[in-house]
Amino acid sequence: MTKQHANWSPYDNNGGSCVAIAGADYCVIAADTRMSTGYNILTREYSKISQLADKCVMASSGFQADVKALQKVLSARHLIYQHQHNKQMSCPAMAQLLSNTLYYKRFFPYYSFNVLGGLDNEGTLHLPSTVGYSSQGSGSTLITPFLDNQLKSPSPLLYPPVDAVTPLSEAEAVELVKTVFASATERDIYTGDKVEIVILNASGIRREYMDLRKD
Amino acid sequence: MAKSSIDLPPKGGFSFDLCRRNDMLQKKGLKPQSFLKTGTTIVGLIFEDGVILGADTRATEGPIVADKNCEKIHYMAPNIYCCGAGTAADTEAVTDMVSSQLQLHRYHTGRESRVVTALTLLKRHLFNYQGHVSAALVLGGVDVTGPHLHTIYPHGSTDTLPFATMGSGSLAAMSVFESKFKEGLTRDEGIKLVCEAILAGVFNDLGSGSNVDVCVITKGHKEYLRNHMQPNPRTYVNPKGFTFSKKTEVLATTITPLKEKVEVIEAGDAMEE
Amino acid sequence: MSIFEYNGSALVAMVGKNCFAIASDRRLGVQLQTIATDFQRISKIHDKLFIGLSGLATDAQTLYQRLVFRHKLYQLREERDMKPETFASLVSALLYEKRFGPYFCQPVIAGLGDGDKPFICTMDSIGAKELAKDFVVAGTASESLYGACESMFKPDMEAEELFETISQALLSSVDRDCLSGWGGHVYVVTPTEVKERILKGRMD
Repeated sequence: MTKQHANWSPYDNNGGSCVAIAGADYCVIAADTRMSTGYNILTREYSKISQLADKCVMASSGFQADVKALQKVLSARHLIYQHQHNKQMSCPAMAQLLSNTLYYKRFFPYYSFNVLGGLDNEGTLHLPSTVGYSSQGSGSTLITPFLDNQLKSPSPLLYPPVDAVTPLSEAEAVELVKTVFASATERDIYTGDKVEIVILNASGIRREYMDLRKD
Repeated sequence: MAKSSIDLPPKGGFSFDLCRRNDMLQKKGLKPQSFLKTGTTIVGLIFEDGVILGADTRATEGPIVADKNCEKIHYMAPNIYCCGAGTAADTEAVTDMVSSQLQLHRYHTGRESRVVTALTLLKRHLFNYQGHVSAALVLGGVDVTGPHLHTIYPHGSTDTLPFATMGSGSLAAMSVFESKFKEGLTRDEGIKLVCEAILAGVFNDLGSGSNVDVCVITKGHKEYLRNHMQPNPRTYVNPKGFTFSKKTEVLATTITPLKEKVEVIEAGDAMEE
Repeated sequence: MSIFEYNGSALVAMVGKNCFAIASDRRLGVQLQTIATDFQRISKIHDKLFIGLSGLATDAQTLYQRLVFRHKLYQLREERDMKPETFASLVSALLYEKRFGPYFCQPVIAGLGDGDKPFICTMDSIGAKELAKDFVVAGTASESLYGACESMFKPDMEAEELFETISQALLSSVDRDCLSGWGGHVYVVTPTEVKERILKGRMD
């Protein structure tokens, strides 16, 4: 018996969608709380959002075990950084660390789809590729076109560079996030139960929840 | 008569014209396509004076919901209905085909159709196609010999049961039946139990969802309760709506006015000389 | 790759107040290479009935010819146009006939029925009818279209608002799909007129 598990895969897909929107003085990061495998729901209350630093938050979907491992690596690295530099990691630094951590496992990747968002030291926003908005996970194909339509960000190749922040106010951005999650839940079977919305602004961090369809 | 050279409407049956080409494409490494599936939780039970069938209303194509409110309880005869799970086109076609055969049979005999007749017609068709027509059915009805409930598997095997479930949510639904079913339920108890079983599928199986359809068949009477329960409304609509920041750019417009169709009203004796 | 993605396509139909709209992209490609940028996927069956055929273009055209043939036979025999519901059953029957060797084609049917009641419907490639009250989509951009329509659609829109909504949904969806695009083709049909418009879109 040389080949025992021909069909075994080290990966699973636990579904879920993540969205982040950046504004002039705020950042909204949201993810649904359903975790599923195949046609089964494993839990309806699993938070996909983790706070990596004071002003830096990451939402991840994909394979939960890999996401968990990735979060652990990042928080360990962040702890070391704090000991060495006696300060919190900045958002661009965390984005670079995330990128390096993922690429380090180039040939046996973390099966995770991440959106990183937060405020930089002056209190404005940063996302990994510094776009104005982003969506990842099982419902991203449904969500992205509508975000494009409402927030259409200028090309990052433009010279002189054009600011990528969205024209919406914080309340409008939260409403938009609620709309896209309600829509994605209608059509994507892996998105649902509840959406967790994290809002970062100058006054700190705020969390909101909204119920989604549970079927 | 020799095969006519023009493409006349066929008399029925499958056409295998494109099979060779499609096989060739598949051998060249193209992925075979996926069809619309019902996903589905479908159930049925026998109560004190008849049969109750139930179904969810979601149709899926992979991980995407293709239809949020489809009908899975199909008409077979006035006293017989049939729930379908599996490939949507197959369940639809097979029930339509058999219901027309039953209608013809009724014209011929002048009697009410029997559930076993429907059962035999369905299983014969499915067995013929050796499981390639992938329809999993729950057949229920009340005829001259009393209430009947059957399940039919895609390969043509059948079961006769007091309560039955099928589809991807069958285990969730069966868990409800196994713990709460008893013989001689009243009509209201029966409907309640069927709904509970479907809801177990709707909420715990990702392939099933949206609303609950119920069909109650009793001697000489039936009641189709379409969307009997709607437990999954959309949770959020932006109260302010939204606006499009940029209007669509139109390159060319063609406007064709439609002519009013003239209705001819016949008055008196036309063309009389 | 699936054979459905060989030519690329995006199709959508929406219902408004006593009217409907049906729209498609204009690209015909062979995998990633663009062959034509003014391709017609939507065809008229009669004044108030349109069909869009997504999927493999060769099958779409063959199927279209057979449908026109069958519709003409119907007109000769019955001296009237087909109702959209009847036509949908015809398409479904033609597709299901080839259950075990299907046309690689997913149709979208839209029309005005009795009393100018709008009717829209789509099918998979073996004729499983999917009737909807709001919108239907098909093609390689179908997932994007589902998301866009689900967020943008409102019930009972008037013709002009319906046009703007379907156009925005189509254009933002095809911009996220590599295999469809190059503008759009929109028909808005009311009981009195058919408005056909060609949209400007990204050319990449």
